[in-house]
Amino acid sequence: MTTPHAEQATNVLPHEPEKATLEGRNKVLGFWLFLGGEAVLFGTLFATFLTLRNQVADGPSASELFSLPITAAATFILLVSSLTSVFAVQALHRGNRSSLAKWLGITVLLGLAFLVLEIYEFTEYMHEGYSMTTSAFSSAFYTLVGFHGAHVLFGILWISVIIGQLYKKGLTVVTAPKVYVSAMYWHFIDVVWVFIFTVVYLLGKVVG
Amino acid sequence: MAHAHTVKRHKGLMDWLTTVDHKKIAILYLVAGALFFGIGGIEALLIRVQLAKPMNDFVTAQQFNELITMHGTTMIFLGVMPIIFALMNAVIPLQIGARDVAFPFLNSLGFWTFLFGGLLLNLSWFIGGAPDAGWTSYTPLSSTEYSLTHGVDFYTIGLQIAGLGTLIGGINFLATIITMRAPGMSYMRMPMFTWTSFVTSAMILFAFPAVTVGLVLLTFDRILGANFFNVSAGGNPVLWQHIFWIFGHPEVYILILPAFGMISEVVSTFSRKRLFGYSSMVFATILIAFLGFMVWAHHMFTTGLGPVANALFSIATMLIAVPTGIKIFNWLFTMWGGQIRFTTPNLFAVGFIPTFVMGGVTGVMLASAPADYQYHDTYFVVAHFHYVIVGGLVLGLFAGLHYWWPKMFGRMLSEKLGKLEFWTFIIGFHMTFFVQHFLGLIGMQRRVFTYLPNQGFDLMNLISTIGAFLMGVGVIVFLINIGITAAKPRNASNDPWEDGRTLEWTIPSPPPEYNFKQIPLVRGLDAFWKEKMAGNKEMTPAEPVGSIHMPSPTILPFIMSVGLFIAGLGFMFTSDDFGNSFMNFIFSNYIVTGIGLAITFGSMLVRSLYDDHGWHIEPSELNEKGVKA
Amino acid sequence: MMKPGKAFKRLVPLFLGISLLLSACGREDLSALRPQGPVAEGQFGLIKLAISIMIGVMVVVFGIAAYVLIRFRRKPGQNEVPKQVEGSFKLEVLWTAIPLVLVLILAVPTVQKVFAFGEDYSKDKNAVKVNVTSHLFWWEFSYPDYGVTTAQDLIIPTGKKIALQLRTADVLHSFWVPSLAGKTDTNTDGTVNKAWLEASKEGVYLGKCAELCGPSHAFMEFKVKAVSEDSFKKWIEAMKAPAVLPEDPAVAEVFKSQCLTCHAVGDQGGPAAPNLTGIGSRESVASILLNEGASGKPGDRKPVKDNLVEWLEDPQAVKPGNKMPAPKDLGLTDDQIEAIAQYLADYKLSY
Repeated sequence: MTTPHAEQATNVLPHEPEKATLEGRNKVLGFWLFLGGEAVLFGTLFATFLTLRNQVADGPSASELFSLPITAAATFILLVSSLTSVFAVQALHRGNRSSLAKWLGITVLLGLAFLVLEIYEFTEYMHEGYSMTTSAFSSAFYTLVGFHGAHVLFGILWISVIIGQLYKKGLTVVTAPKVYVSAMYWHFIDVVWVFIFTVVYLLGKVVG
Repeated sequence: MAHAHTVKRHKGLMDWLTTVDHKKIAILYLVAGALFFGIGGIEALLIRVQLAKPMNDFVTAQQFNELITMHGTTMIFLGVMPIIFALMNAVIPLQIGARDVAFPFLNSLGFWTFLFGGLLLNLSWFIGGAPDAGWTSYTPLSSTEYSLTHGVDFYTIGLQIAGLGTLIGGINFLATIITMRAPGMSYMRMPMFTWTSFVTSAMILFAFPAVTVGLVLLTFDRILGANFFNVSAGGNPVLWQHIFWIFGHPEVYILILPAFGMISEVVSTFSRKRLFGYSSMVFATILIAFLGFMVWAHHMFTTGLGPVANALFSIATMLIAVPTGIKIFNWLFTMWGGQIRFTTPNLFAVGFIPTFVMGGVTGVMLASAPADYQYHDTYFVVAHFHYVIVGGLVLGLFAGLHYWWPKMFGRMLSEKLGKLEFWTFIIGFHMTFFVQHFLGLIGMQRRVFTYLPNQGFDLMNLISTIGAFLMGVGVIVFLINIGITAAKPRNASNDPWEDGRTLEWTIPSPPPEYNFKQIPLVRGLDAFWKEKMAGNKEMTPAEPVGSIHMPSPTILPFIMSVGLFIAGLGFMFTSDDFGNSFMNFIFSNYIVTGIGLAITFGSMLVRSLYDDHGWHIEPSELNEKGVKA
Repeated sequence: MMKPGKAFKRLVPLFLGISLLLSACGREDLSALRPQGPVAEGQFGLIKLAISIMIGVMVVVFGIAAYVLIRFRRKPGQNEVPKQVEGSFKLEVLWTAIPLVLVLILAVPTVQKVFAFGEDYSKDKNAVKVNVTSHLFWWEFSYPDYGVTTAQDLIIPTGKKIALQLRTADVLHSFWVPSLAGKTDTNTDGTVNKAWLEASKEGVYLGKCAELCGPSHAFMEFKVKAVSEDSFKKWIEAMKAPAVLPEDPAVAEVFKSQCLTCHAVGDQGGPAAPNLTGIGSRESVASILLNEGASGKPGDRKPVKDNLVEWLEDPQAVKPGNKMPAPKDLGLTDDQIEAIAQYLADYKLSY
């Protein structure tokens, strides 16, 4: 009945450690539900953006503003980070703690690179005098992309904390679900970004 | 056992602040809900006093707008929602044969965020002025250009925090019902209240994020100078209406579905019959939820969406009458052939049926768009939604509270006072709201702080005001009843109504903290009734007696919510001049906001770093406690 | 079950009874239950149809409920367990089908009327076009075909379609004349609404703002005055006539410098505040101070001049939150207020 201690658990880790306990299963299910809510949240933000995307007032329009190379690079980085988090979950299922930590670390670094590009992009716009208050389009743009950026930032911090825990507590039935749901989260924000890239940047640049 | 009782047990206030026990959280929700319900009720009475006679000057126009805004917002978000959550917390784990909810920590977090959101909203009365743009806060009226105080900021940020709590609660109950059911309890054996709560939680999950976004947009417009609803910079006020009602209409069904569940339980118990047409009741519940997401624009018939949209939303709305009708007739046929006992809970349930039908039929009338051009924003609408929310939901809540009170507190409420409550409340209710249908039809628009004489409004408004006070008397009698009952010995039996059908009636009242000594084996719908009919006094256990794992109490949810409260307050006042350079510095540089967020996220970090191993109750203790309980 | 024909025959007296009952309700110039034009009549028809169906539904439900509650009470000593009925497929089908049919009966005229009332008459040569602009807390009506703008009293000819284009100058309001037509919101630019109404006979009909718009939402009323086509033409001519200014040059000077910066009379002044041309012959001052001798409908009525003085003395006391600066704050003396009130009260149009 005692909760397994870290050192014991690594030896006898079950096949899918994230779903080995009721708490773990609940966590995964609860997180799926949470992502359902997040999908509605981003859906509403997308709807808002689509309503206002041509309402540029005196400010610049999407096609004048965006530079596709940077965002394409950001997209590529984030997609690769999704792949590395898949590798991390595979390492989790193999019970390989160091490989898991390595892939999580790479995911975090890629996430940071993405964030740096986004911050660079935003500061460029700010220098051009294009801010939250410029037009309805700018408000919708910063809010949608900013919400996503905040999610990325949270993901980076969260996964970093989990890496620390992996070193301290080891890979156990307690830490495994945390790794698993953070990977789910990471995939989710990647998917959201694919939509943002399509709806905000490609549509803005190509259709105008 | 090394881990048993290493946990610190708290007493008194600390016990309540740190509890993760769903039964105690239920009581917290009930107390908080009652507090806000009381505040909303007083606001309602002030509104009715002001409207008792034409050209009254009991309150000013501005105060009146604050009162109606706070009355609506408080009642919907802070009054009835937590009482629903109170009953869901108190009953659902017991009905599904579980020892706890799926996420006890989140359960506590949901409560405290809700409470601090509600407190923040009501703080507006004391600093900066209450919100005044209606509970719908339509832009541009709610923009900084036309709503000059911080009222609407309290509305957006207070509701944001409270809404977060509701969303957490919804996810928790979905997961609980999916994973924590006792062996043998398939979905189609779940009690009706569990079913409706399940569907309501799903609706919360899909509806609340929409209002989260809406409130963020309005907050950004007001505080950061964004232009979502600012026409001169390309914004679109109608967008707010869409977002608000995409959330707002499902919210109405989020409120009413649990009441349907409560009525189903009460009617079935006190008719001593199983629920008639159980599977069609389940089907109707799901259908109502589904349609509930498809009809938001019927709140916007006069907005000018065009005839095609109006026609489609008219028909979609009318269709909701069909599953609702199914429910009404199934209740009537549950009673048909039964042995009806008129206990207080059943009186409220029986009063609910015709009252709710009246609210439902006006709903169908409102669904007809061209006729709605006349009803819209008049007292006809006010009458309609009070018939469904008060006549439907609140009567349902009274039924549920009286019904489960002995299970929650171990004491039976006085039946004599209960009947007095019922009659004063329901007579007062119909007096208040029946005449309002006619007020609307003869030309009185809603949200008016007063009206000119000689329009034919005077007498009906006076009747309405008198009725409102009678309802108030009913609520006071209820409070007296609670007070008297609290002084009585705690002697309710496991099955105090004698005809209990579901699992909550198989365990002591109030239940021990682990609920079930042994998880029961469920052999059919109305599991307990089935055992009774088979001549058994108890459920067959599905497991041997063993040590029971319990989650540890924790103060973190409380601290996290305090952090959000501070962050919200700090964000609101970023551009204010306090006449004090220190205060200006910490607010305008987001330092207060930052501190608040640091508290919240820091607590999250603590929660992540320190694993909660919980603690155990051993079989030897179970026997002692079993006797005591 | 009743046959449909028989059910219909029973519904007819119910329908007639309700019509009679409802038509006795409310003031003729204010109640949605006493329609005075085709739009409101169509809406009232739908209301009657819906109420009749719904009363039928309620009678059935209440009847069953009453029977059940009386017949199946638990009697003392009754201890045998009642039969546990699972349900009845036939009954479920029945109470799914009947509401569906009832909904259909209501849906057909609903859709018809949605499209009928959504008809756009703004291009119709025979229709009178009016641009409605709502302000905190007053109504502006301009007639683009005649180049005339007025406020608070919407003058229309009887028997003609009035094609409205509605917008707001500030927050959302809603245009409602219960006895002539249901509401249409006045939105901000970009989402301008169209609607129409028609008055069958001459009279003054009360209009209200139906969307919460601020402190004086309750007082944001207006009147629709339906007159003969002849009178309407005369009114247009009178509105177009050159402005009449106060005879006393000193008063005229104050009026021009203090009032006409926002208000207009005839061809002079600005558009920011209500047009005052012919204010002496309007139904009310500031929409809620009712004038004596106007339509003669019940109300606490006072002479126009008294109402004007009351308003000018302290506009905030009459209509809290309105945008008009208090004349006294602008430096007007009591005598000047008196003189301007007298001038405005005498400024009448004959039509």
